Amino acid sequence: MDIRTPIGLMFLVKGVILAGYGAYSNASPIYDRSLGMNVNLYWGFLLIAFGISMLALARRSLVNTPET
Amino acid sequence: MMNLSPIDWLIMAVYFAFVLGIGFVLKRQTRTSTDFFEAGKSIPAWVCGLAFISANLGAQEVIGMAASGAKYGMATSQFYWLGAIPAMVFVGLFMMPFYYGSKARSVPEYLRLRFDEKTRGLNAISFACMTVLSSGVSMYAMAKLIQTLHLFDGLFMALGIPLSWVFFVSISLSALIVLGYIFFGGLTSAIYNEVLQFFLIVAGFFPLVWLGLKDVGGWQGLKSSLDSKMVHTWVGMANPATNSLGVEWFGMAMGLGFVLSFGYWCTDFLVVQRAMAADSMTSARRTPLIAAIPKMFFPFLVIMPGLIAIAPNAGRIMPTTAQVSQQQNPTLVPYKLMPDGQVKINEQTHQPELDYDLVIPTLLLHYFPPGMLGLGLTALLASFMSGMAGNVTAFNTVWTYDIYQAYINKKASDEHYLWMGRMATVFGIALSMGAAYMATAFNNIMDLLQLVFAFVNAPLFATFLLGMFWRRTTGHGAFFGLVSGTLAAAFHHGVTLGGDKGGWLVHNVLHTYPSEMAQNFWTAIYAWVTCFVVTVAISLFTTPRPEDELKGLVYSLTERPQEDHLTFWQRPATLAVIVLLMAVALNLYFY
Repeated sequence: MDIRTPIGLMFLVKGVILAGYGAYSNASPIYDRSLGMNVNLYWGFLLIAFGISMLALARRSLVNTPET
Repeated sequence: MMNLSPIDWLIMAVYFAFVLGIGFVLKRQTRTSTDFFEAGKSIPAWVCGLAFISANLGAQEVIGMAASGAKYGMATSQFYWLGAIPAMVFVGLFMMPFYYGSKARSVPEYLRLRFDEKTRGLNAISFACMTVLSSGVSMYAMAKLIQTLHLFDGLFMALGIPLSWVFFVSISLSALIVLGYIFFGGLTSAIYNEVLQFFLIVAGFFPLVWLGLKDVGGWQGLKSSLDSKMVHTWVGMANPATNSLGVEWFGMAMGLGFVLSFGYWCTDFLVVQRAMAADSMTSARRTPLIAAIPKMFFPFLVIMPGLIAIAPNAGRIMPTTAQVSQQQNPTLVPYKLMPDGQVKINEQTHQPELDYDLVIPTLLLHYFPPGMLGLGLTALLASFMSGMAGNVTAFNTVWTYDIYQAYINKKASDEHYLWMGRMATVFGIALSMGAAYMATAFNNIMDLLQLVFAFVNAPLFATFLLGMFWRRTTGHGAFFGLVSGTLAAAFHHGVTLGGDKGGWLVHNVLHTYPSEMAQNFWTAIYAWVTCFVVTVAISLFTTPRPEDELKGLVYSLTERPQEDHLTFWQRPATLAVIVLLMAVALNLYFY
């Protein structure tokens, strides 16, 4: 198992949850504490991007290595 | 009181599902004892490197470094830039060839190959006790934190479980999860989870520091609002009175930067085991060097929160919600509460005491909305877990190879040792739980034990340095050097005072150090020098081993690792130079 697969999957799932919740709760007073910024949404998107790139890296190395 | 939303629970649950899932998937791949204890020697360098620092990034590190950041300021980063990076470079470049290249499967086993059985026994037994103790302390710290923050209270009340069970349930749950993934997947599972945890720590703490810094006006804002002692690493180091640590540069450079740091990073099997799992000699040597790069930036993740918490202009957005009694408190560091809920007042200063250990959780609560709060707490819990798991994997290996196979059952089948490793995981965790309970009942005993282990560890690097680089060193020299180094540490601690510690051996102490930290550094220096001198002296009077037995174990009798096939930039030495230059640059910027 390539470690990048579970890492990518986990951050993808977490990112989707965070960004989804951020979109749902946009402009809610809960963001007063994070200085008015919807950190759930922004950070969620970043985690999604990170998760996808990890998965892509894992996939690329799988394609490049011949079956053993 | 911390009220978690369902979204926070969901984010935490995702993490635990992946942790256990990794162990389960790896179960099928774990067939031999080499798979279980050495991860099949098949892990790529970058994975080993991230596991190398994650294994060290346990509870004490995350909670303790933020606390020190709030107490001592930027000078705490000396523990990284001076107290880790040079040693990590050294172990990668000079020592890994012996650990990885010899047939040793553990650090104590290297001691047997190089010296003799008694030196290995001494190291293996003290190391095994120490790992159980530290994983117990990690467990205790986590359960304590969950209790203090009332993290599970809402859930427990909803389920109708009495709140007095929180401590027990926290300890048992963490034990079960760590057991779950190590029992099946062994070292590979631990390493994979440590890498997962590394990314989680960054994902959870980076936005915290970013928001905090934004709140206080950035690094420049922090610098202008805090005492200059708090925002420098080197200024004032000439004299203990002019820096926040209460140490002078020589004691710090030799005690922390040399003896303690090299003693830990170069000889502690907990971290070295990660590098020994690498897929090749070059990977093994690169492991600590790769680890050094994120390591040198960790002060921004773990020390900076401490500085943000004490900045007078932090938290002006809204009053902190952590405790009612916070209203008079100008910082984000909460007051220390006594069991009855009253604020603890210092007996000498008559000021309320601050609970520095709560810096990170308080900041998480302060800046993170539901959602991100779950992510931040996951990062915190993950660091507790991997600190524990690191100790457990080091314990089961040393137990099985260096105690069980060495003294109890020498010639069993590989399957038997694999089975023993799994059993050692079970009773290692059970013993850790015992240690965690001991910490609740007898706090003094834990402090005492940790002090004893500090004495045992202090001289270690002298033994390894002589063993690896001076072929004349003998087993008797190494053994008695270690013993006398430990005794010297205890003696020095007994006849000097640092803060209110030490001085238990005599009525009138011989010397009083300006701080406990200075005393610790000098205790280590005395232990190291004693071990070095005694080892050399005894070695000169005893018969050395024949040289052909020492091939691959001593520098002058070992071939240099072949690097001709590597391009210039792939060589470990090139990476080492880059790492050192970066560390120097950080020191210069934050002088």
